[in-house]
Amino acid sequence: MAQRSRLHVPRPPARPGEKPDFSYVNLTPAGAVGRPDAKAPVRDLENLGREMVRVLDDDGRAVGPWNPHLEGEELQVALRHMLLTRLFDDRMQRMQRQGRISFYMKSTGEEAVSVAQGMALQPGDMLFPSYRNQGLFIVRGLSLVELMCQCLSNTRDMCRGRQMPIMYHWGAGNIFSISGNLATQFPQAVGWAMAAAIKGEDRIAAAWIGEGASAEADFHHGMTFAAVYQAPVILNIVNNQWAISTFQGFAGGERRTFAQYGPGYDIPGIRVDGNDFLAVYGVTRWAAERARQSGGPTLIEHVTYRAGAHSTSDDPSRYRPKEEGAAWPLGDPIARLKKHLIGLGEWSEERHAALEKQLEAHVLACWKEAASFGTLTEGPTLDPATMFDDVFHEMPPNLVRQREELKRLAAAQPPKGSGEEKSLEARSGAVAKEG
Amino acid sequence: MANMNMVQALNSAMDIMLERDPRVVVLGEDVGYFGGVFRCTDGLQRKYGEQRVLDTPIAEGGIVAAAIGMGVNGLKPVAEIQFADYIYPAFDQIVSELARLRYRTAGEFSAPVTIRTPCGGGIRGGQTHSQSPEGVFTHVCGIRVVMPSNPYDAKGLLISSIEDEDPVVFFEPKRLYNGPFDGDPHKPAVPWSTHPRGAVPEGYYKVSLSKAEVVRPGKDVTILAYGTMVHVAEAAIRLAQVDAEIIDVRALAPLDTDTLCTSVCKTGRCVVVHEATRYSGFGAELAATVQEECFWHLEAPIVRVTGWDTPYPHAFEWEYFPGPARIAAALTRVMEDK
Repeated sequence: MAQRSRLHVPRPPARPGEKPDFSYVNLTPAGAVGRPDAKAPVRDLENLGREMVRVLDDDGRAVGPWNPHLEGEELQVALRHMLLTRLFDDRMQRMQRQGRISFYMKSTGEEAVSVAQGMALQPGDMLFPSYRNQGLFIVRGLSLVELMCQCLSNTRDMCRGRQMPIMYHWGAGNIFSISGNLATQFPQAVGWAMAAAIKGEDRIAAAWIGEGASAEADFHHGMTFAAVYQAPVILNIVNNQWAISTFQGFAGGERRTFAQYGPGYDIPGIRVDGNDFLAVYGVTRWAAERARQSGGPTLIEHVTYRAGAHSTSDDPSRYRPKEEGAAWPLGDPIARLKKHLIGLGEWSEERHAALEKQLEAHVLACWKEAASFGTLTEGPTLDPATMFDDVFHEMPPNLVRQREELKRLAAAQPPKGSGEEKSLEARSGAVAKEG
Repeated sequence: MANMNMVQALNSAMDIMLERDPRVVVLGEDVGYFGGVFRCTDGLQRKYGEQRVLDTPIAEGGIVAAAIGMGVNGLKPVAEIQFADYIYPAFDQIVSELARLRYRTAGEFSAPVTIRTPCGGGIRGGQTHSQSPEGVFTHVCGIRVVMPSNPYDAKGLLISSIEDEDPVVFFEPKRLYNGPFDGDPHKPAVPWSTHPRGAVPEGYYKVSLSKAEVVRPGKDVTILAYGTMVHVAEAAIRLAQVDAEIIDVRALAPLDTDTLCTSVCKTGRCVVVHEATRYSGFGAELAATVQEECFWHLEAPIVRVTGWDTPYPHAFEWEYFPGPARIAAALTRVMEDK
């Protein structure tokens, strides 16, 4: 028989109309994975990339060596942050559907990753988020009004109308600017961490990308530089199973885990139950301790599920079974922490319902305040001439000239709705010719 | 004052800045222990240590990304990309990240990174060691693009670039590293010590990042050139026997339109010269700017003399290179138009 090669094209276990199948997600019982010393050599840690660190068991109890043993009060704060993140997402999604903002991306189902990691790190640590890490901003205390104003591109927008919704940043909060180009922040975070080490600081960096973006060269640049210089950085892959319509197999996850990239670079790779707040917190603490002791970088794969669409421009019913979310074996991060807290006697259904109501009211109040600074459809609006600011530290002559040209054109326009707009088209044409 | 070639002048600029400013770090392939394949960072690691003069993995995208992260964390990185031909793996980090960070965060974040990279042909480098991709970067808003033509400017412009708040892509015409090459490869090499701009102050000084320079005054025609072509243009003038005014554009973006257009309005004729390919090259921007600003002063159509629109061919380097004869022919042509 003639021998010849055959192209392997990965196929997800189920497409629409088929039965969801998550048998490919290798689970380890909660509490079963040992917690090695934070300075252990990578060769002694390889099991951490194959197995799955879990703390919360099916009954909501915290078990095993990775349990960070947080106080009930701290866990309540965590639950509040996760719930607020989810309610904020829900509100913004609705506002997009009503045409008040142009675009949105929810983090539903993945809230534990940002909230646990944000809480486990120090305020001085620098965070390089991807576009599904809004929980980081919420943990660090940025007002929802600021986030909403960014999505609205209004007069109080931190980006001054220059970025699509959700591309936040927060200098004072040590959170870097979100890029629409995937994985770029990964090697940048490594460079930031290298600088911290050059300066002899104890601050560390953390960066997040999706499993899909781990196929980008920037992921590998980040890993190489982090390993070579033993940079104090935590590199996170949030494996939410889907990169728009392509399942995690297309990023190379079919026959090995994403955490297993780590040891190949001599970086510890830890695979963690991303919907388990306590496990994510515990693993992050371990990695931070290692980084702060000159132990170098850690790669963490958070196994989670993108419960919503990729974005408001996406319709997942066209490429994955509708029932898939319900079949996801690691459940919902908020429900699991809630169950744990109730089991501890630190929470109740009544308190949860009351909190939800209170946070919904808070989100609505924030939205009303944010909208008072303008929406896409209603003023006030930013002065378009500000688009020429911040291209350079000082505006060069060509931009000064272009700004003046724009101002002349704007001065020739009647105010919106004055009925003169049609005749103005001719006039602005004349201005353009003169200019 | 000391006689320096361009390599020594660039080395001196980095030496001075590493000394003056603890935030300055130098990174790139082979720049540390070895001192760079063109020797521009020779001795710097010995003097400032391996935490400040870093050898890096061979990953241009990683080098620029790491430099951005360092810049965000308060350092002033000077990154070397070993050849401009290797800069493309870093393109996304330069265009989408470095150039726009200040803009997209409304000034809250920025990264004052200087990217040094040798460009240009004439060293038998073939298509992967000869390119002049400056036009690819002048099209990007938010970065400065600079190309010196002599040791004095190289040092002063590099110090200005490192001190500047904005990112800079700093092209070094490698054929000029050791001497003012005038386009004739058959003549013996001339060292920088024979050229007035090979005299370089040993200490700190700056050359403006927003000024072109009239390097030779003249009345018949204006030649807009930069990098190696400044010297080739001088040879061409001798061939064509015209009294041309040569402008060393030097700072390509943002552009010093005033100096360029003042000259063309005076001479009424303009030849634009660069080594890079012609189509959509930076010369098109120069020609368009001159046409917009000086149209009523022009006595003849603007002419471009450039590399051909082909990759840089290894065996036909001098047929490709826009040498003195081609520039002289263009000068004669614009002078014939009455």
